[in-house]
Amino acid sequence: MSSIRQAKHQRIPAFLRSWGGVFGAGWLIFMFLASITARWWRPYDVAEQDLIARLQGPSSEYWLGTDAVGRDLFSRVFTAGALPLQASAVMVLVAFGIGLPLILIAAERGGRVEEAIGRFAETIMSLPSTVILLAAIGAIGNRIYPVMMIFGLLVSAALYRILIGVAKSSRQHLYIDAARVDGMGSIRVNLAHVLPSMARPIAVQAAIVYAIGLLIINGLAFLGFGPGEPQPSWGFMIKDASDNIFNSPWMMVPPGVALSLTVMAANALADALAGPLGIPEYTPPKRRRTISASPAQQSEGTDNLALSVRDLSVVVEGGPTLVSGISFDLRQGEVMGLVGESGCGKTMTARSLLGLLPAGVEVSSGSIIWQGRQIAGLPERDAIKIRGREIAMISQEPMVALDPLFSVKSQLTRPLRRFRGVGRREARRIALELLRQVGIVDAERVLRCYPHQLSGGMAQRVAIALALTGSPKLLIADEPTTALDVTVQAEILSLLRALVAETGMSVLLVSHDLGVVADICDRIAVMYSGQVVEAGTVAEVLEDPYHPYTMALLGANPHVADDAPEPERLAAISGSVPPPGNWPEGCRFADRCQFAASECSVAFEPEPAHVDGMSLCIRTGELRRTGAQWAPEHRGAELAVESEAP
Amino acid sequence: MTTTVQSNPPAIEVRDLVVRYGGGRRAMKTPPAVDGVCFDIAPGETLGLVGESGSGKSTIGKALLGLQPPTEGTIWLHGKDVTAASLKERRTLASELRVVFQDPYSSLNPARRIGQTLAESLRLIGIKGDAARARAITTLESVGLPSDSIERFPSQFSGGQRQRIAIARALVRDPNVLVLDEPVSALDLSTQAQVLNLLADLRDEHKLAYLFIAHDLGVVRFLAHRVVVLYRGQVMESGPVEDVTSRPRHPYSVALTAAAPVPRPAEQIDRRAHREALSVGSASTAPPDPKGCPFASRCPLADGQCHAERPMLRLIGGQRVACHHAEQVGVTWPPPPN
Repeated sequence: MSSIRQAKHQRIPAFLRSWGGVFGAGWLIFMFLASITARWWRPYDVAEQDLIARLQGPSSEYWLGTDAVGRDLFSRVFTAGALPLQASAVMVLVAFGIGLPLILIAAERGGRVEEAIGRFAETIMSLPSTVILLAAIGAIGNRIYPVMMIFGLLVSAALYRILIGVAKSSRQHLYIDAARVDGMGSIRVNLAHVLPSMARPIAVQAAIVYAIGLLIINGLAFLGFGPGEPQPSWGFMIKDASDNIFNSPWMMVPPGVALSLTVMAANALADALAGPLGIPEYTPPKRRRTISASPAQQSEGTDNLALSVRDLSVVVEGGPTLVSGISFDLRQGEVMGLVGESGCGKTMTARSLLGLLPAGVEVSSGSIIWQGRQIAGLPERDAIKIRGREIAMISQEPMVALDPLFSVKSQLTRPLRRFRGVGRREARRIALELLRQVGIVDAERVLRCYPHQLSGGMAQRVAIALALTGSPKLLIADEPTTALDVTVQAEILSLLRALVAETGMSVLLVSHDLGVVADICDRIAVMYSGQVVEAGTVAEVLEDPYHPYTMALLGANPHVADDAPEPERLAAISGSVPPPGNWPEGCRFADRCQFAASECSVAFEPEPAHVDGMSLCIRTGELRRTGAQWAPEHRGAELAVESEAP
Repeated sequence: MTTTVQSNPPAIEVRDLVVRYGGGRRAMKTPPAVDGVCFDIAPGETLGLVGESGSGKSTIGKALLGLQPPTEGTIWLHGKDVTAASLKERRTLASELRVVFQDPYSSLNPARRIGQTLAESLRLIGIKGDAARARAITTLESVGLPSDSIERFPSQFSGGQRQRIAIARALVRDPNVLVLDEPVSALDLSTQAQVLNLLADLRDEHKLAYLFIAHDLGVVRFLAHRVVVLYRGQVMESGPVEDVTSRPRHPYSVALTAAAPVPRPAEQIDRRAHREALSVGSASTAPPDPKGCPFASRCPLADGQCHAERPMLRLIGGQRVACHHAEQVGVTWPPPPN
């Protein structure tokens, strides 16, 4: 595990692990070294004319042919590289030398300072750069380096525009605030923390600007503002070739290829430095595994059983198991809570019901019987008929469900027209009705709003209304109130309760908050390391837990009864949830359990517990007999060094 | 814990603190983020600052730390006026006043080893080399992390361990006041309990004063001695934590207490019924009149006086309450036994 993590800090920079990066960096270095050393190894001098061998193609004598006055193209092409490669580098240094300090100052000071620098940058950007450069040449003469330095100044304004956002967001990191609280000076904060975190975008922009510089230098040379004859330049050689295009088309090839490859190399390097895009490639699953449910399970369906999950396992293709052998039932109109800490597989379980697992993650075995039908691993075209219409979902971040570009009205009416086959006016009427149903008083106004105009609680109400457009029979609510304030959370929970009573739908609530589960759920399944470790009615499980993990979770909760005294110490669970693929044999909680014994290291079956539930603990019976309670750690235990490696 | 020895000045003293964001005429029209807040923290005492998003609790923390200049008011640290001290002037103060932020993922520079992060802080007060290294190791061990952590990068630690590192960075300069800005709200329940226990132990061991900023009354009740309840930048109620959390007197404190669900279903049913009977206005109602009580537009007890006149903090029983109708029966907690 840790060796994989350490790979990040290996010596080879990431951009050199792609072909583009190797080509880009390799070609630029090769061209640079070749051109500055050309004078010592080139076969002919750049000015040496051979009037008998004019306009020739490649030959053993002249490897890349000759130009109109019989000069060796091979010698000239390589000699010509030195000037643009160096002058463009100087331009990049000037651009960043001016741009970066302005960016850092503007990002740090903000307000009026940022506004002033922004105006200055805009003014510079509005100047036509070609005209300025030609004017500069007119004023100071045909001197490449000073001209490119002026161009660098113009580019610095563009850099400011591009990188100011990066700098501002990098200043949002709390470690910047922490360093400032340390008493670190402003320059030091920028050098030690802000600049390094911007290294990648800076490197990418430098490579892009470098390529632009190469093109500009050669463009000026093409116009005749290059190094004077007989000194070669790619731009002027291309100009020369275009004059002779009918006599010797070959002449275009050597300078053209040299210029194109060099510019491409700089751009390829920029691409490689930028790294892979943040969006993981979506590979459609090749073939859904067909999972046959045994007929016995299908016929088991009792009268009002809405959902029955049996031995469900979810795996990463060719990787670890995320959820293993989960079973639970959900009746019509029932609210079930799936609780546990992060990394226990709650969300994966919930998403597998909708067929919305991330790429590369799939249901490997087990069955999901929804209204008597097997829906585990359903092909996409069948899953789409269930999603939204029969099973809907709301998530922790309501803004994710809402498209910022469209008004609430259009986001509600589109699915309404699709799901219910109604016209525009009718869809609008139903949308208003749904908004009122989710407790929005001024529904007319909210209908016209865009998502950014809504508060968090209001956005979650709209997201719930959106989930109701298909009149679902099951609502999957993944941490629906975690991002909300506590008084807003209470309002949303009351709303969900009212909706269940009104519409008779079932709700699968994923939460880490036992208080929320106690408030709204009828049944509860406690998950740990991809397994359900305890299940039963909320009243039984939370008032009288059987499994040590449930006991520990309750002990860790600081909410005590109003009249009860606050405990001196909370019950903590030492260590942390083991990552998937690293689960111990036997009981997966044993390493952290206060009651672990030798028998916990072998595989075992769940014990029946409560009226209609289970507990996945081999010592359940014994713990019940002895009345074991999860004890808070002794004072000072937290100060002891953790034995397990991080 | 509320009685302090006369000769000892409070660790933190805040008077009439006002913070406005932005400048110019437009900023004067919007209500300030923090509006006339006063409180003291005695040495070794923990003050909980509770409120929902937009209540200004984090802004108060930032003002104390010098990250956000106050518009008005005064802040004393051990009797010294630090209101206008620049971050650089604070370098010496910074050893006394330290911070732990909410998000342990953003508060550690991912490109630096833990040792570098701790040493950087020590170098600013002239502790370098082996001395800094030794001190970093001792501090990491004091928060329950192995000594080889200094060679590791933040990405190699879990959320709870990162928060321990953040606490170690705060402690490495041997401070006596910590600003804890939602230090456990990004953590899982079991990890949250570990960190809360750790904070309680460290406080008792080093006699630390905490300004504990949180949105969760349950967490505050565990760690704090006294509590200040904020709403829209103003203090609604303050007092000993037991009084304010179990017998809140301000309608907003009542609403806040009532809204927090407890993991005991039978009790939660009663609480919910009582909460719904309180008929507190929805959080998304229109903003109140700036002249009156900030909670007036949601408060079931609000009358004309509440909309027109901002209530002052009054001492009622053990706590101070900013409500015209604090003595009136009607909005009470806990729910009456039935």
